Amino acid sequence: MAKKRYIQAINEALFEEMERDPKVILFGEDVELAIMGDCRGLTERFGRNRIRNTPICEQSLTGMAVGAAAAGHRVILHLMFSNFVYTGMDAIGNQMAKMRLMSGGQARLPITVIASYGGGGSNAAQHSDTAYPPLLNLGGINVLTPATPADAKGLLKSAIRGSNPSFFMEAGGRGGEQGEVPEGEHLVPFGKANIARPGKDVTIVAIGSMLKPALQAAKDLAASGVDAEVLDPRTLVPFDEAAVLASVKKTGHLVVCDEARERCSAASEIAAMVADRGFGLLKAPVKRVTVPNVCIPYAPNAEARVIPNAESIARTVRGLTGRAAAA
Amino acid sequence: MAGTESELSQQDLMRLYEQMLLIRRTEERLRDENKAGNLPGAVHLYIGEEAIATGVCANLRGTDMITSTHRGHGHYLAKGGDLNAMLAEIWAKSTGICKGMGGSMHVADFSKGILGANGIVGAGFAIATGAAYSAMLAQEGRIVVDFFGDGSSNQGTLMECLNIAALWHLPLVFVCENNTFSEFSPAKTVTAGVIADRARAFGIPTEVIDGNDVTAVWRAARTAVERARSGGGPSFIEAHTYRIQGHLEAEDLFLGGQRYRQPEEIESWRARGPIEFTRKQLEAGGPAAIAQLVEIEKRVMAKVDDAVRFAVESPPADPELAFTLMFDGQRP
Repeated sequence: MAKKRYIQAINEALFEEMERDPKVILFGEDVELAIMGDCRGLTERFGRNRIRNTPICEQSLTGMAVGAAAAGHRVILHLMFSNFVYTGMDAIGNQMAKMRLMSGGQARLPITVIASYGGGGSNAAQHSDTAYPPLLNLGGINVLTPATPADAKGLLKSAIRGSNPSFFMEAGGRGGEQGEVPEGEHLVPFGKANIARPGKDVTIVAIGSMLKPALQAAKDLAASGVDAEVLDPRTLVPFDEAAVLASVKKTGHLVVCDEARERCSAASEIAAMVADRGFGLLKAPVKRVTVPNVCIPYAPNAEARVIPNAESIARTVRGLTGRAAAA
Repeated sequence: MAGTESELSQQDLMRLYEQMLLIRRTEERLRDENKAGNLPGAVHLYIGEEAIATGVCANLRGTDMITSTHRGHGHYLAKGGDLNAMLAEIWAKSTGICKGMGGSMHVADFSKGILGANGIVGAGFAIATGAAYSAMLAQEGRIVVDFFGDGSSNQGTLMECLNIAALWHLPLVFVCENNTFSEFSPAKTVTAGVIADRARAFGIPTEVIDGNDVTAVWRAARTAVERARSGGGPSFIEAHTYRIQGHLEAEDLFLGGQRYRQPEEIESWRARGPIEFTRKQLEAGGPAAIAQLVEIEKRVMAKVDDAVRFAVESPPADPELAFTLMFDGQRP
């Protein structure tokens, strides 16, 4: 295995899948210049038919993805920031998520939408949202939240080869982070969680961008005698309920970390699922560590105040397990 | 009607008439069945507008694609959609073209390039633009027609998609069915200027035509389709017509006695409807033509009766499909 950056793993997946299948096309705003980094070199290799800059019109781009897929192409739509899920929402909610059922199973929509989410870069409220919660509620949309370069590559390749609309949520600001990526064909299946760190005292479910601070928190907790298991669901739709329940069965405690706002977050959904299907396994209430119900502010200190980090995760775990910090 | 001749022969016109009549008699039957309370959902009928779908689709190949509207039965039938399967769909039966999961507003047959009627007004713009981009890349000579109404012309996505279609020279024909009403609002109260001017602003070749004259529609569509197929880029046709029925059947329930148009206006348009207009043209052909018209009427009525019987006698939809059809090969 070789160490690769997150953004490089995504770029590799795009290259490999476009080489593999000439029906794969990619379009979006400023993709030719690879402004977001993940499309670097694609235009030179595949040309301006398969890689295409579009005007700024997300409402139409999401609908066009549906049309191009319905007509026989495998579509990758680059939406840049996940806030643009909102500007493109009509066709996502009313066409992409529904067309297969409405058409009695005729429509086959191999669509991968790439969008970068999360704060931490002083991009202010309109470019820092973690905008997958509304997608989770649509029914017909897969939601992928890779946290590592290996999962980014493997999930993106699975999405492009798949036959359902999938949102590939890039953890923004994590593009430079490195990780081991398997050589050769590497596909990660949907709906299979990964235990990023085994433990026995508490289960920390860490979604996407929250994996890194959760692992740091687990390390800090270990120093004070709390053995945390960190579970990365990798995909939110489909969701690996069995893995979470199995972990909670072992630990009896659950903390869910999510960079979305608390209300109707993925964390809330996971908490509800465990309360519903694993109530007897719990020794304490489920806790959520999320962005509070506020927009992401611009000032770095204000941003740091609202986005979960290793410290706030560890603090929540300590409060739950009742074991005070050594210091 | 392969569009090889520059003008329609009498027999071509007779075939177009039969297609229009099939749409008309189907819609009239749905109107009556709705009134009798026999349909589970709403229907939006195409009566009075039949010439547009018919005249346009007569220029299309089986592999060409269309997007349609909530008033989509006519487009579906004119593009070759199966009548039995459409009515079974509207009756919510398992034999429906969408297995009873879509209903009247979503009749689609992807195998015939019918990418679906659509309940979201204006949704077809972007779907058609994406399909046309795909068609352009595939270089298999397919083109796309986007049917939409005057009401949807006020959706911003029309301007977005005109821009892209012009910029990318897409094989796409925009067909605006200006039926004078945007749901319950007269067009003049919600739409400024001339709709076709919006396309002209992007440099797209545009024609404004009488949408109740199937020959005029056929001719305009023929030019536009040939342009699209030969790499000449998009065209825009604004076809003027009149919606004889309400926005939806049984709309009186919503209106509560209020009126948004006068009965005399409806009657005057009814008299110059596309079928009435074409029938007069054909009757001028003499006794043989008149006899043929009688045969067509019989044939069409039998088809509609058979289709209704098929729909009524078909087994109900399978509710489990709501789970198995959300995704391809994946539970929801």
